[in-house]
Amino acid sequence: MLGPGIAWYLGVSAFLFGVGALGVLLRRNPLIVLLSLEIMLNGANLALIAFSRHAHNGAGQIFALAVMAVAASEVCVGLGLVVAIHRRNLELDVDRLSELRG
Amino acid sequence: MGNFLVWVVWIFAAGACIASAVGVVTFKNPFLSALALIGNLGSLAVLYLLLSSEFVAAAQVLVYAGAVMVMFLFVIAYIGPRQEAPWAGGPRWQSFAAVLAAAAIFVEIMVAIGLKAGGSLAHSDHVNATFGSPGWIGRLFLTDHLLAFEITSIVLLVAAVGGVILGSHTKRLETGA
Repeated sequence: MLGPGIAWYLGVSAFLFGVGALGVLLRRNPLIVLLSLEIMLNGANLALIAFSRHAHNGAGQIFALAVMAVAASEVCVGLGLVVAIHRRNLELDVDRLSELRG
Repeated sequence: MGNFLVWVVWIFAAGACIASAVGVVTFKNPFLSALALIGNLGSLAVLYLLLSSEFVAAAQVLVYAGAVMVMFLFVIAYIGPRQEAPWAGGPRWQSFAAVLAAAAIFVEIMVAIGLKAGGSLAHSDHVNATFGSPGWIGRLFLTDHLLAFEITSIVLLVAAVGGVILGSHTKRLETGA
């Protein structure tokens, strides 16, 4: 295999996952939390595809495509929630939105 | 020569990937964060190409950078860009604990990779020309992974229904209550 070995790709994927986790834990704006979640999912995707190439097995790529579909669904529902919260004139802050009562 | 070229492309793509990921988390403006995420997804597609996964790279650009991010930008434009410092809000120990937890995850994964880097991860097989091509992926989806393919369509349908319900429900609440 030309270029860097699989371990280098896995290092980048670990960094992406860590940065995404930091964003999810640190930020208060639900939109940024969703964006950071996308980074975490993409870190996992990179690891899946690296292992798929390493083992010469297509299951990793199939699973990466399934993760993409799940991410699209999650964005659909998450953005629906953000718009619904905004319409009810509540503040977009994940710490303030800690109650499930209408 | 080919090896050197792949290294150069890898370093650029990985550097862009890491820098834009840090940008998403640290930018104050959500609009800039979304644009940084588009850069992140694009450079990830380059990494996928280097791993000879052409179809996933194309799907990444079309689905993620194309469709999902446009949806994000629409919602950010609808809500209006509000500035917010990354460290603002919440008690100080909480941000400290967040950094600590994220660093712990990163170090843990790196240790796990480092322990295996010299052994089973060192040698990769050579792949044939069909690896990662659309036809190969399609054959896998419709033979070995047919159940995953069908369940994915149900997940997308349920998410679409959920999005419609979330979008229409609030209006009725506002007028009724």
